[in-house]
Amino acid sequence: MNRFNQLYAWLMLLPALVLLLAFTHIPALTTLWHSLFFPARGRNPSEFAGLENYRSMLDDAVFWQAFHNNLWYAIGTVPTSMALALAMALWVNSKISGRAALRLAYFTPTMLPMIAVANIWLFFYTPEIGLFNKILNSVGLTGINWLGDPNWALISLMLMTIWKESGFFMIFYLAALQSLNKDIYAAAAVENASPLYVFRRITLPLLMPTTLFVLVNAVLNAFKLVDHLFILTKGGPNNATNLLLYYIYENAFSFFDSNYAAALTLVLLILLILLAVVQFLLVERRIHYR
Amino acid sequence: MSQLEIRQLRKEWQETLAVKNISFEIAQGEFVALLGPSGCGKSTTLKMIAGLEHPSSGSISLNGQDITHLPPGKRGLAMVFQSYALFPHLSIAENIVFGLKARGVGALERDQRLKRVTDLVNLGDHLSKRPSQLSGGQCQRVALARAIIAEAPLCLMDEPLSNLDAKLRNEMRAELRALQQRLGMTVLYVTHDQVEAMSMADRILLLNQGEIAQCGTPNALYQTPASTFVARFIGNPPMNLINKGSFLLGIRPEHIHLATDGIAAEVIRCDYHGADTIIDISLPSLSHQTIKLRLPGHQLLAAGSALNINWRSQDQHVFCSTTGQRLSDYVLPTLTTHSLIQKEFHHDTQH
Repeated sequence: MNRFNQLYAWLMLLPALVLLLAFTHIPALTTLWHSLFFPARGRNPSEFAGLENYRSMLDDAVFWQAFHNNLWYAIGTVPTSMALALAMALWVNSKISGRAALRLAYFTPTMLPMIAVANIWLFFYTPEIGLFNKILNSVGLTGINWLGDPNWALISLMLMTIWKESGFFMIFYLAALQSLNKDIYAAAAVENASPLYVFRRITLPLLMPTTLFVLVNAVLNAFKLVDHLFILTKGGPNNATNLLLYYIYENAFSFFDSNYAAALTLVLLILLILLAVVQFLLVERRIHYR
Repeated sequence: MSQLEIRQLRKEWQETLAVKNISFEIAQGEFVALLGPSGCGKSTTLKMIAGLEHPSSGSISLNGQDITHLPPGKRGLAMVFQSYALFPHLSIAENIVFGLKARGVGALERDQRLKRVTDLVNLGDHLSKRPSQLSGGQCQRVALARAIIAEAPLCLMDEPLSNLDAKLRNEMRAELRALQQRLGMTVLYVTHDQVEAMSMADRILLLNQGEIAQCGTPNALYQTPASTFVARFIGNPPMNLINKGSFLLGIRPEHIHLATDGIAAEVIRCDYHGADTIIDISLPSLSHQTIKLRLPGHQLLAAGSALNINWRSQDQHVFCSTTGQRLSDYVLPTLTTHSLIQKEFHHDTQH
């Protein structure tokens, strides 16, 4: 009976297991294996390289540039979009007229595909006829070459990302806010707690599980989401907006060095795992789960 | 001087009228139960007094000060919620002193008051725990402690015991009443449970459809119900109402006794409750109306068996059959139950 149960359990697990192995774990291992070779040239078979791909990564200035860009991109987008998301959620959760329309309006950027968003923002950022420069010109300021100036290009991407992401994170905060017990707030009101005190001592701590979830997702997205680069900058100018995943794509499909791309992929994977672990360790201790 | 004064308090939403111009007063140190069936407006009334709901009209004053439009925190009252409304992420101690902290009471005084209150409600061992680690009864004590520590002139309680199991509820009832007496708290206690209201309150305000059906001591509501609603709401099983055409004759099941020469009755079914038995009987002399009677002990009576019942004339109540209002004041006291019923019966058959 017990053996039958065991078999039964494994049979139930089998479909998910097959999919996970076939599309996640085996590819990860082949990537690791792949990263240990030089690319095949002409008719010569690919040659074993050992850690040579990883060593050349250390000397690769573009890799380091993409790495730095990506860190700044994460630092620039994650906290801002989360703070905005929380602020919007608090606002559309309050008793205001037309809040359904407001919620929808905030959520719209999330529903659009990143490529479409990039196309819209390309119009905003265009130097001569773009919306932003027209506004700047109308108040007497000279326009900015948003995507062409290396000093502004990454910031421009961050702005757009914040615009797109905060609506998505707002939904999580809104759901969490709506699940909070209303009586708790009534009790706090009877105890003469000011709105700020209630926010600091009640709302924020009770939202911590959501904050962790959103944080992990936001950081992952900062490294994963590169669709807009294809439309807006293609990593330029002079790699000023090159991000890790885009650099991997370039190596694999523009430079046809899939082995180096495999090595980069592995580095990115390890980086993301490390980041997730750090976030869990840092935040977990301060979370109250119901 | 009465501590809380409610004048013509009214609450209406678009279509519904939840509270219809009710007025009442609560004196210092009094325990008043706001009793009524669900949807009668008792919780709305409490929320308006707490400031969690704005009244459509009317006024609320506490110790002579008009608090109708003050925010909840400025009204000087404490509240215990049905769901306890404890802060799940804070320790028990932090939960209890939350209000003191928010009001900026110093740490030293906070600790002294915390110590005093936790001794009162027996929570000393749990101060560093979280609410999720406590039982329902203990959570209720925390909520109570949070209300007591505020030392507010008025404490509002919104069905505080209804989430507890029956046994615990009985214990907490006695404990809560003892605590209220000991501290001289002024309490307005909302409940739908007549047993809670009867056993704890100095005075009961019985609400029905947003209006005060009757206000008085538990004994007054039981002995002289002002209407058929009060008569049927207070007492379990509810008072029997026998239709006599122009009026309703009310008699409580526990006041009916078996007699040798009483009114003939026929047993329909018996419901054994342990200490007593509730028996449904039909009265052939009164067009087979069914009433309940309560007899002590285990009574095994087969359906269809014949009984004779009677009751003391001072135990019967008379209500107007159209308005449901009490009429007993002008029913002839000399009339015995038996003759009253017989007489009416003959009167009926002649037509």
